[in-house]
Amino acid sequence: MLMTLSKDSMSITREQDLVPFRNRVKEAAVKIGMGIVNQTKLITAASELVRNMFRYAGGGEVLIEIVSKGRESGVRLTFADKGPGIANLDLAMQDGYSTGKSLGLGLPGAKRLVNEFDLKSTVGQGTTVMILKWKNG
Amino acid sequence: MASSVSQLLKSNKARLLDLWIQKQLASENLRDDLMTNDELRGQSEDLIGALTKNITEENIDQVESNQFDEVFEILSGISLARAQQGFTPRETGLYIFSLKEAILELLQQEIKDTGELLTAVLKINRLLDSLGVVTFETFIKGREEVILRQTEEISDISTPVIQIWEGILALPIIGTLDSSRTQVVMESLLQKIVDTGSSIAILDISGVPAVDSLVAQHLIKTVSATRLMGAECIISGIRPEIAQTVVHLGIDLSNIVTKASLASALKHAFAMNRMVVRRLEVEKKTF
Amino acid sequence: MGPFLLVTIQIDLYDRLALNLEADLVQKVHQTGARGVLIDISAVSIVDSFMGRILGNIASMTRVLDAETVVVGMQPAVAITLIELGLSLKGVHTALDVERGMALLQTKLDLDYEMADDDADDIE
Repeated sequence: MLMTLSKDSMSITREQDLVPFRNRVKEAAVKIGMGIVNQTKLITAASELVRNMFRYAGGGEVLIEIVSKGRESGVRLTFADKGPGIANLDLAMQDGYSTGKSLGLGLPGAKRLVNEFDLKSTVGQGTTVMILKWKNG
Repeated sequence: MASSVSQLLKSNKARLLDLWIQKQLASENLRDDLMTNDELRGQSEDLIGALTKNITEENIDQVESNQFDEVFEILSGISLARAQQGFTPRETGLYIFSLKEAILELLQQEIKDTGELLTAVLKINRLLDSLGVVTFETFIKGREEVILRQTEEISDISTPVIQIWEGILALPIIGTLDSSRTQVVMESLLQKIVDTGSSIAILDISGVPAVDSLVAQHLIKTVSATRLMGAECIISGIRPEIAQTVVHLGIDLSNIVTKASLASALKHAFAMNRMVVRRLEVEKKTF
Repeated sequence: MGPFLLVTIQIDLYDRLALNLEADLVQKVHQTGARGVLIDISAVSIVDSFMGRILGNIASMTRVLDAETVVVGMQPAVAITLIELGLSLKGVHTALDVERGMALLQTKLDLDYEMADDDADDIE
C-alpha cells in the first residue's frame, strides 16, 4: 500500500523557477534521508521533466509528495501541463529522439534515473508524468 | 454445566503457566543457551496473561476478532525475536504447540463430560492453530530481515577500494555484478578517487564468475563514470573464457584498457604515471 | 593566467545563465587568444542534459578557436547520474582538480608543438 505522507505543489511559469523547484525537491529528499547519489538522480530527472514542460507547454504544475510503502519511503513527483501533448509516446521514449532542438535524452534519461515512471498524454490536452524515487532505490 | 472454557482458563491462569513451563523445561528442544529460564517464564507469562485477559466465550471461535490483537502482537514479537536470536523453526513452533498441550491437559483435568470436553478441545485447537500460523509467518519475516541485513553488509564489505600506490586505486570485484552492486561499486570507487586524488583505478574482475552483456554494460558504466571524474580506468583479471564470451557476445571493450593480470595492470598504471620499478643491481661479492 | 582561462561555476545555473556563460566564454577565448579553458564544476550539484550539452558545446566551440576545454572537479554523484542519463560528455576532457587540469592542458600544448593532432585522451 502506497501512502502519501506529505504533499506540496508548485507552479512553473518562468525559467527562473527551475532552481527554486530543484531546492524544493531536494528538501523532500533530504527529509526522508535519501543518499546523495539518489538525490542527484531524482533532482536531475526532475530537472529534465521541468525543462520539457517549460519548453513544450510553457509551464505547468508539479506535485511533490513524500510517500511510503512498507518500510520504504520515497519522493513522488507529478508534472502536469496543458500543452500540446505527445503524439507518439514510443518515439518520445526513444534515446536521441527530439522534436525540439535538444539531445533527446529528457524522457528516456529521466526514466532511467528513477524507480517508477508513468507517462500519460492526450494530444491537444496535455501531458502528465509521474516519477517516483525510493530512498534506497 | 461446568464453567465455560474461557472462565476455566482465566481462573487457572497460574496453573496453566506452571504446566506450560514444565513442558517447555522438560522438552529436549529447550535452548537454555539462547534464553534463560527466567526470560522464558516472563515471555510465557506475558502471552498467557494476554490470552486469558482477552478470551471470552463469544470470541473463542472467532480468531479473526480484533480482540485477539494483543495476543497476536505479543506472539509476533516473541517469534520475531526468536528468529533473530537463532532459534530453529522447530523450536519456535514447539513453543506455541506446547501451550496447546498444556491447555488441553488442563481441560482434560477439569472437564469430566466427554461431549463438553470434545467441544472445548475443538475450539482451543482452532485458536491455537491460528496462533501457530502467526508464529510461522512472523518467524519467517524475522529471518528475511536477517537475510536482508546480511545482504547489505555483504555488498558493503565486498567492494573494498584499496589504494595500492600513490595515485593508483585497485578494486577487486568478487561475485556477480548486478545493477545494485554496480551502484555501490561506482559510489565507493568515485568517492575514493576524490578522497585520495587518484588518477588511475584498476578494476580487477578475476573474482567475477562470468561476464555477460549486462555485466559488461555495468563495467563500461563504471569506466565511463570514472573518466567523467577525470581519472582513467584499467580492467584486469580477464580470464581466457571471459575474453571468449566478450567477443562472442559482440561486446566492445576496445575503448577500455584491459589487462590479463593485476600485476600487468599495475605496470601499465606505473607507465601512465611515468614511473618505473626496477631491481637494484647488487654487487656480486666474492668470498 | 597565462594562456589558460579558468571559470568556476559556483551556483546552480538555470538555462539562460548557462547560455550566457557559453557566449561569454567563447568571446573571452577569442579576445585573449587563450589556448586552454578550465571549467571548475566542483560546486555544481546537478548537471542535466541541458547543462551537459552546454559543456559539450563550449568544448567544441573553443576547439574551433584552437583552445582545449577541460572540465574539472565533477562530483561523484553527478558523474554517476550523467552516465545513467546516457550522457558521457564526448569530446570534453576531464580532470580531478584545477591543478591536474592545468597539467593536462600543458601536456596537450607541449604535444601540439611536437606532433599533429592527437585526440587519444578524448572521453568516449
